[in-house]
Amino acid sequence: MLALIPLLPFLGFVGNAMIGRRLPKAVSGGLASLVMVASFVVSAVSVWQLAALPANQRLVQDTVFTWIASGDLVIDLTLSLDPLSSVMILVVTGIGSLIHIYSTAYMHAETDSEFARYFSYLNLFAFFMLVLVLGANFVVLFVGWEGVGLCSFLLISFWFKKKSAADAGKKAFVVNRIGDYAFLLGMFLLFAQFGTLDFQGLASIASGLPVEEEAFGIFSVATLLLFVGATGKSAQIPLYTWLPDAMEGPTPVSALIHAATMVTAGVYMIARNAVLFSHALETMTIVAVIGAVTALMAGTIGLVQNDIKRVLAYSTVSQLGLMFLAMGAGAFGAGIFHLYTHAFFKALLFLGSGAVIHALHGEQDIQKMGGLKRYLPITYWTFLIGSLAIAGVPGLAGFFSKDEILFETFNHGHTILWLIGALTSLLTATYMFRLVFLTFHGERRVGASPDGHVGASSDRHVGASPDGHVGANSHRHGADSHRHGAASSHRQDSDLHGHGAGLHRHDAGLHDAPPAMAFALIVLAVGSVLAGYIGVPHALGGQNRLAVWLAPSFTADSRLGMAQGAAPASAVAQEPAAEAAAEGGEVPDAAALELTLMAVSSAIALLGIGIGAFIWLKRREIAAEMARRFEPIYRLLLNKYYVDEIYDALIVRPVEVGSREGLWRGIDVKVVDGAVNGTAAIVAGGAWMLRRLQTGSVRAYAGSVILGVVLILGYYLWS
Amino acid sequence: MIPLSHYLIVSAILFSIGTAGVFMRRNLITILLSIEIMLNAVNLSFVAFGRYQGNVDGQIITFFVMTVAAAEAAVGLAIIIALYRHRESLNPEAFTSLKW
Repeated sequence: MLALIPLLPFLGFVGNAMIGRRLPKAVSGGLASLVMVASFVVSAVSVWQLAALPANQRLVQDTVFTWIASGDLVIDLTLSLDPLSSVMILVVTGIGSLIHIYSTAYMHAETDSEFARYFSYLNLFAFFMLVLVLGANFVVLFVGWEGVGLCSFLLISFWFKKKSAADAGKKAFVVNRIGDYAFLLGMFLLFAQFGTLDFQGLASIASGLPVEEEAFGIFSVATLLLFVGATGKSAQIPLYTWLPDAMEGPTPVSALIHAATMVTAGVYMIARNAVLFSHALETMTIVAVIGAVTALMAGTIGLVQNDIKRVLAYSTVSQLGLMFLAMGAGAFGAGIFHLYTHAFFKALLFLGSGAVIHALHGEQDIQKMGGLKRYLPITYWTFLIGSLAIAGVPGLAGFFSKDEILFETFNHGHTILWLIGALTSLLTATYMFRLVFLTFHGERRVGASPDGHVGASSDRHVGASPDGHVGANSHRHGADSHRHGAASSHRQDSDLHGHGAGLHRHDAGLHDAPPAMAFALIVLAVGSVLAGYIGVPHALGGQNRLAVWLAPSFTADSRLGMAQGAAPASAVAQEPAAEAAAEGGEVPDAAALELTLMAVSSAIALLGIGIGAFIWLKRREIAAEMARRFEPIYRLLLNKYYVDEIYDALIVRPVEVGSREGLWRGIDVKVVDGAVNGTAAIVAGGAWMLRRLQTGSVRAYAGSVILGVVLILGYYLWS
Repeated sequence: MIPLSHYLIVSAILFSIGTAGVFMRRNLITILLSIEIMLNAVNLSFVAFGRYQGNVDGQIITFFVMTVAAAEAAVGLAIIIALYRHRESLNPEAFTSLKW
């Protein structure tokens, strides 16, 4: 039964990969969507059955076969469903299904074979993602982990004929490899130390050991290595740079892979190994600090970016940072809660931005949007709901989860990190509403400048870096446009399907999301409103059912679950109030504190929205004024803290130069080629001397025979 | 009774004559004949040893050598004729092109 969940998308992949190119779009897209919906149904049934079990027995394991059996190393291909993975499979299959349905409309301009290729990749991604979250040991998880990386690469560079897309895919792949290398080392270390890679086994071994006291013991090193893997996959400092570039892929891909599911794999991995991580206090601190710093940094960058998808990409990095902050603070339940709500509203925002891009035929620059509210009502309202949710406005999904993270952070004594988190919330609200107001409100700016994007971009990018490629959102904003422009001749006759035909692109060319896209947007908007209500905190009279549901997954053995309340992780995740009581002995105070913090974060959200509204709705000149006055800062943010340049100078260039001058011209040309050519030269030289002996003269040959005979005879006679 | 050493001395002289002929003469036919002399020197020593030891092994070997020598002479002469047709010469120094 469990195996069916990943296998259904795999069937879809095989089908579309083998015969997809000969199928009409309705069939290949329909097949892909159908298997995802079927997988969702199976998942829902499985989770339903899981929920029917008593809380301390919620674990379904399904060993498909023994994969590797070699000496001490026995690896079964085991799928396991527990409360944690149940949340993940519902997110992956549920949101995955919606995005598949959305894609059938979004990708409609592609040719049949490209369309099938797209859906086969998407199905393959879903397969690997489900393997990742269902895997019962590190090796199975790693298969999924690498598989989603592969699919991410394939889908980012889906339009591989465009160089920037191919480069972005390559960058994502290479950066992820760095993280995966550390991840592998972490796995090896765990196996060498504990002799098992099974999550349950590791957790029960770890729970028998004391929390690590000494600096950088085995748990700290192993979890730190795993965390480096997570920073690669989940786009945290220092390996986050690939995610903004990954926006070169089709927008539904950004929504599915680079917002809702794959990038959360790192968070999931930490939650899955909650027991290990909570034994390594140093790692936890590092995770929390990295998460908080990433959240703040990405938030500040998001404030000034002009590409609609890049703003969302930095927002994703920032929200992932908040999840890691929760993980590092020991609030595993809160992190997963935010992962789950974030999947809804970030997928919604990406799909909304996709609808905008679709309507504008590839325009991604928010400076050239504006006033779209009137033309794209469905997109506008759903996007607004998503923005309200991510900003943390009370009553929507993001509020509950973000608030829980901030509360847990504060409650665990990380006041500075709480402050960073709160500041990030403010930034989130501000840049999201900057996006909303610039895109949907105000006057139409589309097609305002007759010569298209070139003139506009040059004066806007005051601080663009000289080499152009970094501060160059503007040069990339044509991302999807060439494809759409070229392939959309059937779409709107009045549109002249042109990028260059900016002036003609007026109201007639604008169309709201087609039904398949509108459906996905509306469902996700409803989800963004309601998803938070399974985790209403106690302070508001809720039950926080999600935290209770997840709690067994963070303890050593879910069979023992509740009984083992002593394990640190369970104490954290189970009942915040009870835990606070254990720490401080003041239950009402904790509730009061939570309410206070809640009020503060609500105020922050509203303040952020207010700032956004004031600057970008009322007094737009303030933004330009501030950009002028604080030009160094503005330039720093616009160029993303020059991190790409720093990496380029510190790592890429030295590696490139070292490879070219050292490894290629030095080692390869001189040593390797030298050895090969030298061998050949020695043989040739030897042969040149030896072949003097071969005169062709019979007499000389006969002489050498005689000489040999004489020598041999002489040797035997006189020795 | 002529002692064995006499036969062997004659055989050695014959072999040396043959060897000298191979190296000194500049005619392929003469060289071939010199090789025949060398073979017969060997035959002589075989027969002498066989007689000395009182068995027929030496004579049997000699018959084999004579058979091979006959075949060799036939093939060798044929090759020499072919070479002569090719180059109009019997000097072995004319045939040195068979090298690298």
